[in-house]
Amino acid sequence: MVRSSHPRSRRIAPAVAVFAAAALTLAGCSSSSGGKKSEEGGSTSAAGTADTPRMTVALVTHQGPGDTFWDIVRKGAEAAAAKDNVKLVYSADPNAGNQANLVQNAIDQKVDGIAVTLAKPDALKGVLAKAGQAGIPVVGLNSGLADWQDLGLLEFFGQDESVAGEAFGKKLNDVGSKKAVCVIHEQGNVGLTQRCDGAKKTFRGTLDTLYVNGTDMPSVKSTITAKLKQDGGIDHVVTLGAPFAMTAVQSVADAGSKAKIATFDLNKDLTGAIEKDEIEFAVDQQPYLQGYLAVDGLWLHKNNGNYSGGGEQPVLTGPAFVDKSNVKSVAEFAAKGTR
Amino acid sequence: MSVTRQPEPAVTAPPAPGPGQSDGRTRRRSLPVRLLARPEVGVFLGAVAVFVFFLIAAPSVRQGGSMATVLYQASTIGIMALPVALLMIGGEFDLSAGVAVVTSALTASMLSYQLTMNVWAGVIVALAVSLGVGAFNGWVLVRTGLPSFLVTLGTFLILQGVNLAVTKLVTGNVATDDISDMDGFAQAKAFFASSFDVGGVQVKITVVWWLVFAALATWVLLRTKYGNWIFAVGGSRESARAVGVPVTFTKITLFMLVGFGAWFVGMHQLFSFNTVQSGEGVGQELIYIAAAVIGGCLLTGGYGSAIGPVFGAFMFGMVNQGIVYAGWNPDWFKAFLGVMLLGAVLINLWVRRAATRR
Repeated sequence: MVRSSHPRSRRIAPAVAVFAAAALTLAGCSSSSGGKKSEEGGSTSAAGTADTPRMTVALVTHQGPGDTFWDIVRKGAEAAAAKDNVKLVYSADPNAGNQANLVQNAIDQKVDGIAVTLAKPDALKGVLAKAGQAGIPVVGLNSGLADWQDLGLLEFFGQDESVAGEAFGKKLNDVGSKKAVCVIHEQGNVGLTQRCDGAKKTFRGTLDTLYVNGTDMPSVKSTITAKLKQDGGIDHVVTLGAPFAMTAVQSVADAGSKAKIATFDLNKDLTGAIEKDEIEFAVDQQPYLQGYLAVDGLWLHKNNGNYSGGGEQPVLTGPAFVDKSNVKSVAEFAAKGTR
Repeated sequence: MSVTRQPEPAVTAPPAPGPGQSDGRTRRRSLPVRLLARPEVGVFLGAVAVFVFFLIAAPSVRQGGSMATVLYQASTIGIMALPVALLMIGGEFDLSAGVAVVTSALTASMLSYQLTMNVWAGVIVALAVSLGVGAFNGWVLVRTGLPSFLVTLGTFLILQGVNLAVTKLVTGNVATDDISDMDGFAQAKAFFASSFDVGGVQVKITVVWWLVFAALATWVLLRTKYGNWIFAVGGSRESARAVGVPVTFTKITLFMLVGFGAWFVGMHQLFSFNTVQSGEGVGQELIYIAAAVIGGCLLTGGYGSAIGPVFGAFMFGMVNQGIVYAGWNPDWFKAFLGVMLLGAVLINLWVRRAATRR
């Protein structure tokens, strides 16, 4: 009954579309500016490879799909793996329970080391104990600064979000801000909240919080615009991720506001915006470094018995400030997607 | 929602007591009552209530510029809510609509960038891809007879994975490259993402497109044969087929209409923000469906209008921005949003019931 009685008719539309696309390509309607052709042939850092025995490292993060930040972490980890003759197994899930399962999966594979983010440390407690029983060394990265030692991890590489927030607040004082708004793109994310709270602590002006829907850019744009219109006194918009800073530039223009924009985290568009004075400064926790050091730390531990940070102190990768004075030195690396 | 599927109101109504009206079934109801029984009137009153509420509660809403911001937010939801509503009247819904927007934007951006072509080439290929995704949804649905929940959930997951994997494969990053310096960009931006001045207020072009599409959809639904087919297949697929309605054609083209909407909104996002992150769009499908349902479309199909979702999207944008304009404690943001939307839907429901009970 349901099976179609009109089998022939609608094959034509897609075929026409594909044909039109092909014709367009052949017709050579090429762009004379921008595009792939204008991109500089970036040189990849190709240092020598270690001759140590091949080992396997699992990197398990709480990344949501399609986030530029985590892509940079992963690239750092891949670079270290390539140099250290390490086979890298990457997996990620933003849901804490699922992330714990992925760690269990790594234990089952009998990897030689696990690097893990501790966004929700309690959920990982049980499975990390199992890794300990199995004799697999575990290092932490990115989040979990307060918990890594209690959970029996070897080393930790990351940024203290509160410290980064406090540094951010001080920088806002330095640039003469009186009233700022902190834009949180994921309601309930502990790290993002710590950033805003840290900034609130050291900032001498007032700092409001604003929640936006991070998966819908037009909505982010109009919500920031609305906030700027509601409160004309805001002189700085603080975003917690690079893509949101780029959107805030448009919101400020739409609202006819004079507010400046400062942000956490970098990407390649953002360095351009700092050069063009659209964005005042960014605080960078160097995600590439986090991924790189975590893998390298495990390699050093296995092959030379080292403990980064002495096994007592975390290795901090941020906060590093990027503004007009030093953006040039960072921009070329950001263009390759590694800063 | 079953409450709203009451039989014809005149049948349940008691016979009119007055002289001159012998039979309740032929009684002409007064104009206000007939108006109130229309699917979009409840949501219209809900939207007015929300609007007036924020006019009082949030002083900055009273500026012209604020209304432009609310309308902009409403338009990006509303353009998608229209085809989603038509599809829902036709008895199906589409969970892949949110990520399909991002798929379209990614396609256009990567194609023009990687092949260094005029951006319009990417725009046209993206249209073909979007229509293709819609046709695929519709084709699988009519061929297999599976519910649209399953089919479009599958497409939703496929597209989500493909968006990420292909972007990473092609660009080496999870976001696309900036295409703002390429040929055709300025034109395309003018078409999809420009703004114009009305009495000192910057109004986004999407607002105009939204209203144009709404007018078109209303005309199609109420004045064309195709519009009748939509109501017919949504009401009962078998009866529709029995009276000669091309059910397969109607369902597939409805899904393709959603594809068209996804393309349009995707192009807006691309030319508005220059780059696209591959993880966006997840969860938006529920907002489109919500706007259509608030706008008086039934989840069971066969009932609704095209103008209702316009008010539904407006209400969503108004509540979303109004909370910010009012400067309320943002920790409660989502809760406020939910309460206001539920309240608005209840007004909607109450009006429709009151109107049909007479």
